[in-house]
Amino acid sequence: MAEVAKTVQAPAPSSGGAAMVWRVVSGLIVPTLAVVTALVLGGVVIWLTSGGFGAPGEATQKTLAAYQGLLDGAFFNERSFSETIVATTPYILAGLSVAFAFKGGLFNIGAEGQYFLGAVSAAWVGYALPLPPVLHLLVALAAGFIGGGLWGAIPGYLKARTGAHEVIVTIMLNYIAFLLVDWLVNSPLRAPRSSAPKTPDILDTAMLPRFFPAPDRLHSGILVALFAVVIIWWFLNKTTLGFEIRTVGANRDAARYAGMNVTRIFVMAMGIAGGLAGLAGGVEVLGLQHNLPAFFSAGYGFDSIAIALLARTNPLGIVPAAFLFGALRNGADLMELRSGASKQIISVVQAMMLLFVAAPAIIRALYRLRAPKDAVKEAPLSRGWGG
Amino acid sequence: MLELLPSGQPRIESLKMMGIVKRFPGVLANDHVNFEVNAGEVHALLGENGAGKSTLMRQLYGLYRPDEGEIILNGQPVHFRSPADAINAGIGMIHQHFMLVPTLTVAENVALGLKSSRGVQLDLDRVAQRIEELAKRYGLRVDPQAPVWTLAVGEQQRVEIIKALYRGAALLVLDEPTAVLTPQEVDDLFVTLKQMVTDGHALIFISHKLHEVLAISQRVTVLRDGRSVGTYPTGAMTKTELARLMVGREVVLQYNRKPVTPGEARLVIEDLTVAGDKGMDALHSVSLTVHAGEIVGLAGVSGNGQRELAQALAGLRSVSQGRVLLNGQDVTHTPPAARMAAGQASIPEERMREGAIRDFSVSENLILQDHARPPYSRRSFLDFKAIAERSAQLVESFRIKTPTLDTPIKTLSGGNIQKLILARELSRKPTVLIAAQPTRGVDIGACEYIHQRLLEQRELGTAILLISEDLDEIRALSDRIAVMYEGRIVGVVDGPTATAEDLGLMMAGVTHSGA
Repeated sequence: MAEVAKTVQAPAPSSGGAAMVWRVVSGLIVPTLAVVTALVLGGVVIWLTSGGFGAPGEATQKTLAAYQGLLDGAFFNERSFSETIVATTPYILAGLSVAFAFKGGLFNIGAEGQYFLGAVSAAWVGYALPLPPVLHLLVALAAGFIGGGLWGAIPGYLKARTGAHEVIVTIMLNYIAFLLVDWLVNSPLRAPRSSAPKTPDILDTAMLPRFFPAPDRLHSGILVALFAVVIIWWFLNKTTLGFEIRTVGANRDAARYAGMNVTRIFVMAMGIAGGLAGLAGGVEVLGLQHNLPAFFSAGYGFDSIAIALLARTNPLGIVPAAFLFGALRNGADLMELRSGASKQIISVVQAMMLLFVAAPAIIRALYRLRAPKDAVKEAPLSRGWGG
Repeated sequence: MLELLPSGQPRIESLKMMGIVKRFPGVLANDHVNFEVNAGEVHALLGENGAGKSTLMRQLYGLYRPDEGEIILNGQPVHFRSPADAINAGIGMIHQHFMLVPTLTVAENVALGLKSSRGVQLDLDRVAQRIEELAKRYGLRVDPQAPVWTLAVGEQQRVEIIKALYRGAALLVLDEPTAVLTPQEVDDLFVTLKQMVTDGHALIFISHKLHEVLAISQRVTVLRDGRSVGTYPTGAMTKTELARLMVGREVVLQYNRKPVTPGEARLVIEDLTVAGDKGMDALHSVSLTVHAGEIVGLAGVSGNGQRELAQALAGLRSVSQGRVLLNGQDVTHTPPAARMAAGQASIPEERMREGAIRDFSVSENLILQDHARPPYSRRSFLDFKAIAERSAQLVESFRIKTPTLDTPIKTLSGGNIQKLILARELSRKPTVLIAAQPTRGVDIGACEYIHQRLLEQRELGTAILLISEDLDEIRALSDRIAVMYEGRIVGVVDGPTATAEDLGLMMAGVTHSGA
């Protein structure tokens, strides 16, 4: 009797708009506080390194100047905002790559290598394959995606076939990618008559259009990145294949039991993840560099792991996280110039952000927040490294 | 001065929990519950899953603090802030899921977290000696030097009990201790418990198996929906009466199995040999046939090849010899999806690892297999409207208790998750159903419901292979019973006439002469 009475009679399919909003807001509290706390502690570090105990007044001024410089450099100086967006663009795509792989239960530490492969593929299509406008750009972008995607699919395939852990394989493939691209740019793809090793400039038809006249460098790659975010979110949540990837990510055994082809999903998830990182490299070449120099390394691939973590692997969360990293990266130079504080401080701030996001208990203890019921969900990248 | 136990620990003469109230957001888990236990007594705590048994015991063990009410130990109010406080007060708890380190030995597990009597140097020899004393006194046969991973489940439980006794527990809470044991092991456990009671321990025995409660306890307290229904002397109670108090309505303990004439052979297993995890064969030439409209029970102590058989039949473990025919079609080497398409459904043994996904919602779990087929999807896009409609139907017709369809299933009870899995599998209208431990850890109401559904499937002509360690379940449902021992089927007997003693002997490896 009690049982029947308590059975929910055809419950409402959605839990209502207000609940949704609250879920989103409450999910943002810890990351936001993590960022604020890290910035405050970063200020303390600057204050201390500027001789805070010897000359407290001066150190305080320096600290304020440092953050003023960071803000000006990231947003308020001439073209600063454009440059921040320029830096945000590859961060979004590479961060999305790591987050996407994670949804399939895979750790993509290889975004940096995939980024290189995507960059070199896009650059080659850009200069060597003359095509009509628009089409040329699309083919070049696709080449970036495919280059990175194939590179990413390798660890997926090896994991599926041999059980090789994707963390190890992607790390090793990073080194292979650096050297492979270095060789390509130094010899077969090297631009003739150029003093520095780099590929020839891409053709105008393959360039991502810029919004403003030079020297402003804001290019339409940001639209590609935002489009990718929407597509990935939609793919994961609305398609059967996305459902399968999420299922495999959440519980491999249950996925197998349910008749899903887990090995196929591994290859596909890593392939798409690699494609996104490759697209990051492609967009950087087609929108910004217009050729691929040796020593192209920008560290976007490695920062992307941090961005995915900060966004808690949520595709939509990648955008603000990437923007934050882009702004910090872009503002760091002026910060150093104005205050003399080393721009490495930014790395300290970023590391603290990650620390606080990965260990939300610290933030909750600091601000006396109540723990959510499903605390497991909070540190998505901290589980499963042994698998 | 308190009397001492043989271990030298003071006895817990009386424990009273008075007017305990514990609220969780949206739930009143304990509503003014009273409970008491005295030295030299087994007090059973009976109730369905979600009735508030675990919540009550967690407050006793210092894992939660009561919102209202008092815990009084030997006449003194106590406030436990952590399990360490409870352990220091002489309270021990045997959890349903053992808290042992598999790679360490028994002695190491017992010594874990305790101070060595030799300072920085280990005193494992002394620990082992003390373990042997305890083992002897309470009939807890176990080798202190054996690594825990080599022990059977029943032995691991003994290690847990020794651990608690070693730490000086005068009051022991046993949370569903018999769920993982064979009938013989249950008897052994009861001998141990009786000795402990004689020595002056106080025992709290949590269970929903009525005959065990009747067999071991002196008093029984029944909880329902967070409230205590009452405390009764066990001697005055019957199974039917207890079941009624626990569920709040009349419960069918004996099923009415309608006569069904078995039809054609649906699932034919021929000479199946399958390797286990450690490379050795886990199944040796197993042959078994299940006909339409028939429930074949597969009994056996856990670890005798049942798990491997279920996995091989699901297509998740490769077969080295023999073959499997599903509706006449050879599926020996086909992947899970093909078997499902051929009409097979399965309820996996480990609900949360193989059968469902904790973080997914009720709807998502309901579409795990058929998400790529209509009505759940159209041309590789999920159709959320159809999913919500079908899910709502299934939730209603299988009486799954859930706040919404979007609720992650980790918040549901075991019984409701199992009903969800059953709903998903049966909605596929299978011709063959492989049900492994379908009611393990499930409350009596859900258990009864699942049994009724299985019998209903039998009447509809489904061929059902019921793999279970619960002999009562096997006997109540099966037309024929096959018994597995060390990877072989040692006998097949007629279900309705099989006795527990015969089956118990076969489960211990004594071959049935009449088979």
